[in-house]
Amino acid sequence: MIEVTPLSRVLKLLFFGLIVKPLVLFGLGLNVFHRERLPQRGPAILAANHNSHLDTLVLMSLYPLGQLHRLRPVAAADYFLAKRWLAWFALNVIGIIPLKRERTSARHSLFDDCYRALDAGDILIVFPEGSRGAPEQIGELKRGVHHLLKAREGLAVTPIALHGLGRALPKNEALLVPFNCDVVIGEPLPYTPDAEEFMRQMKNSLQELLRSCITRRGDD
Amino acid sequence: MSDVPLYSRYAIYGIVALLVIASATRLLLAYRNPAKDYTELRQRIQSWWWMIGILLVMLLASKTIAITFFGVLSFLALKEFFSIVPTRQADRRVLFWAYVAIAFQYYWIATDWYGMFIVFIPVYVFLLLPMRAVLIGETQGFIQALGTVHWGVMLCVFCVSHIAYLLVLPVQNVEAGYIGPVLFLLFITQFNDVCQYIWGKLLGRHKIIPKVSPKKTWEGFIGGLLSVTVVSGFVAPWLTPLDRAEGFVAGAFMAVAGFIGDVVLSSVKRDLHIKDSGTLIPGHGGILDRIDSLIYTAPLFFHYLRYLHY
Repeated sequence: MIEVTPLSRVLKLLFFGLIVKPLVLFGLGLNVFHRERLPQRGPAILAANHNSHLDTLVLMSLYPLGQLHRLRPVAAADYFLAKRWLAWFALNVIGIIPLKRERTSARHSLFDDCYRALDAGDILIVFPEGSRGAPEQIGELKRGVHHLLKAREGLAVTPIALHGLGRALPKNEALLVPFNCDVVIGEPLPYTPDAEEFMRQMKNSLQELLRSCITRRGDD
Repeated sequence: MSDVPLYSRYAIYGIVALLVIASATRLLLAYRNPAKDYTELRQRIQSWWWMIGILLVMLLASKTIAITFFGVLSFLALKEFFSIVPTRQADRRVLFWAYVAIAFQYYWIATDWYGMFIVFIPVYVFLLLPMRAVLIGETQGFIQALGTVHWGVMLCVFCVSHIAYLLVLPVQNVEAGYIGPVLFLLFITQFNDVCQYIWGKLLGRHKIIPKVSPKKTWEGFIGGLLSVTVVSGFVAPWLTPLDRAEGFVAGAFMAVAGFIGDVVLSSVKRDLHIKDSGTLIPGHGGILDRIDSLIYTAPLFFHYLRYLHY
């Protein structure tokens, strides 16, 4: 189901080249800090805080069009596969890897598609908060990303702090209001066996990166 | 290029010549001191080439395209302003209408409706935008939020749009054409920035407002004021309807206004604890960092010109 077909590659190029990139460049405007830390090729994992549907599009637009098919956002199956046309769009145009969030699903096979993508040299985009949450706040981080690292030796996670997108297009809003947004890319975090410690490091790293944003608000 | 009025054409050649000199000087410096890092200087000059290149293409393309270009400049500036100042999450729709106001403001200019252009933002937007916020109903922080929004719209839309209105004023100096006054305003404003910087570097001792801008000195300010006044007196009769004496006066108050715009926007950034307002222009920072002095010189020059000659 998640194989990349030639048709979806073309659709992706058109969607990003004609809509997403101009929108991100002009409608939003990004202040990107430490672009040189962005992993150029897979396998790699990008982990960002999550406040808006724009988050995924902004992270993908950091890469040249030719690399886009290598980027695989890991997204909630219960949300993105719920409606038929949304599922088609998410799978074929964005190229998500659907992830079952419910606890009922078999633990050991949960990340099979992620592993397959990593082994194919793809770059995974994950949002460890699990959902978009309150604007511009970092919620509790889920441990899934630690599982991914544990199984693939030598892999590191690149934390990326996003700021401003929760203002431009927050959860439950359809009107996009233009704002400049910050994208601050951090040093890659290597695997540590203690999952709790690892997630704490990641949260600290994201909060540290958020401090260097220039589009700050009075309340943060 | 051949249909550009004579004096405006000379002005464009002059500006390009200055850019060539700047680039050549940079290369010479890098050649003489190979150990020193000139990355920022290189970025600054490269960005100047881009900014002036884009500006000239837009100005020469057509009047409508030039007006649209300044509308886009207002949009980018206002977006940058709203992104760095504190705004309430509840005000998203208020800000949305503030962006919509840009299109109207530049439409009045394109249709040469002066009466509407001059009151639209200070009267209609000022009075009606708060009503959108009232309908949302969030009263916590209302005063500050609305004050911030209106200040941003005044600076980035109302003030900046005066540049575009210069384009639709009836041409009085035929050899300058409709782009002459705009070239004059932009050149004098940027020349003042550069002069104050250079005089400050050469002679700067006595700080004016160390709390806001530690690099601003009396020597830089007065040196800039004198250089700009002299140059303006000679350039104004070529590019604008002003005569020589009026040109001297224009140069003097534009030097002061440019300085004020610079330090006012610096105070905004100090308040927010940021150095630059954005990263759009490599070596310069954001749009607001570049047009801070222009925000002040544009309406003052426009009304001076209009009072004396229209």
